[in-house]
Amino acid sequence: MKTEAEKIAPTATNINFKSEEYFVNMGPQHPATHGVLRLLLTIDGEIIKKVEPDLGYIHRSIEKMCERNSYQQIVHLTDRMDYLSSHINNEAVCLTVEKALQLEVPDRVKVIRTIIGELTRIASHCLWWGVMGMDVGALTTYFYGFRDREMINDIFEETCGARLTMNYNIPGGLMWDIHPNFVKRTKEFVAHFKTKIPEYDRLLTGNIIFQKRMKGVGILSKEDAISFGASGPVARGSGYSCDVRKHHPYSALDKVTFNEALKTEGDSLARYQVRIQEMWESLSIIEQLIDNIPEGDYKVATNTVIKLPKGEYYQKVETARGELGVYIVSTGTKNPYRVKFRSPGFSNISLLNHIAVGGKIGDLVATMATLDIVVPDIDR
Amino acid sequence: MNNNELQELIGSWFPNPEVTIASVVVEENQESSDLSTEKNVEKITAKEGINPSLLSFTEEDSEFLTILVKPEHLHSLMKQLKNNPKTQFDYLYCLTGMDWGKELGVVYHLESTVYRHQLVVKVNTEDRENPVFDSVCDIWKTAEFHEREVFDFFGIKFNNHPNLKYLFLTEEWEGYPLRKDYVDEVNMVIK
Repeated sequence: MKTEAEKIAPTATNINFKSEEYFVNMGPQHPATHGVLRLLLTIDGEIIKKVEPDLGYIHRSIEKMCERNSYQQIVHLTDRMDYLSSHINNEAVCLTVEKALQLEVPDRVKVIRTIIGELTRIASHCLWWGVMGMDVGALTTYFYGFRDREMINDIFEETCGARLTMNYNIPGGLMWDIHPNFVKRTKEFVAHFKTKIPEYDRLLTGNIIFQKRMKGVGILSKEDAISFGASGPVARGSGYSCDVRKHHPYSALDKVTFNEALKTEGDSLARYQVRIQEMWESLSIIEQLIDNIPEGDYKVATNTVIKLPKGEYYQKVETARGELGVYIVSTGTKNPYRVKFRSPGFSNISLLNHIAVGGKIGDLVATMATLDIVVPDIDR
Repeated sequence: MNNNELQELIGSWFPNPEVTIASVVVEENQESSDLSTEKNVEKITAKEGINPSLLSFTEEDSEFLTILVKPEHLHSLMKQLKNNPKTQFDYLYCLTGMDWGKELGVVYHLESTVYRHQLVVKVNTEDRENPVFDSVCDIWKTAEFHEREVFDFFGIKFNNHPNLKYLFLTEEWEGYPLRKDYVDEVNMVIK
């Protein structure tokens, strides 16, 4: 005869720690999502079973707005997609319109566009590096990254009049010529930043805690990278050579030599290293061009009302996040019939579930940081 | 592969039944030792051999070779394009929903990372009430999100999609915003 205590006491057979999966909301107001992105996590303890992004919190329907605007107006809307690559977004639309009009812009325009594009890329990677450190708990990096980005923003402010949404490109060229200080200050920045990337490495890259957070986490294979339509540093960290600047050069990028940063490991650390390497390559591109800005006009005249010939036009460029495609369908009127922006962030977020499953919640934050998400770019 | 070679190869996957019948008839006639007709058989180019009711090619108004395919053959064509060792279109870089006014459609931009050739595939339907195409998620994983985006804004449904629900819009949203006949008097500025 068992006592009451014996009846309810656990024995080897009646212990049943049933693990239960449950949902946790990450975001839409979460510092690590860098904007209003909501992730629905299905977790079992600390282990992630499923990540489902819920998008649309900042969707402005830019594609629909484009359908009622003129081609000059569309350019300004693209600033608000990936605001860290605003110059490159503007360039993409301008290149598409120029392609449709069969308009050859002066060499001066091409070179200036490329220099500012690469400065934009460095500025974007500086910001990414700062918040990347912050996401894994190293608050100091934020201030170092922003210190150097500030110098670039000052250059932009002088030449373009704005620091973030620059609106410097127009179909046919540039809004106005570069500021007399532009060359001098860009050279100063290049000299300055060359001493700072090694500092970044000393501060974060070699840090043993950081390395352990990054190595072997969030692995993406090359085949999956292609299948998921990944692009930019995310894909190049998996050994997939996809740099639009190499494969489909635009502006003055066919005149410069640079190496495509490639890593084959496919983990978070590889994506991190690709971006650090890209900053060096961008510096090299700027150095090759900054002393050779050709003389000439800064724009060619276009009609006040631009009408594209009937047809379909596609142009891709490499933003700091990857491949941005602009697809314009024209029926020959002053407004486009349909505009589609193939944004790099949208394809890159779609593989988050694939690489985060099986990992821990803490690793998800670190993995997302290496995807370098900008939410308005995903939502458009 | 250049556009002509691509067109020839892809066209050969969709032979024109009438051409095949014609050539069989000609072959039977060969027994009457008519050598000139035998040469004519070889001259039948792939372009004529394509079944025009299944797909058609165009290079007009676009820098890419464009295929217009019937919805029921979309999936088999896409599977061939991805898996055939000569085409290997393994990179679907853009998937766009379209409202052509009367028809609804989807535009697929494809590139091969091996050969670097590019191709555009279009598929259209006149059914605006219940437009349905086959999903290509099983061929390119990126299609899962892009097709959900098209479902949001155009109301185009995709067969065999693993998770077809609104991605951007809220569940109670009415209408399909990127369609040309969408009306929202409060939030839309119409010029």
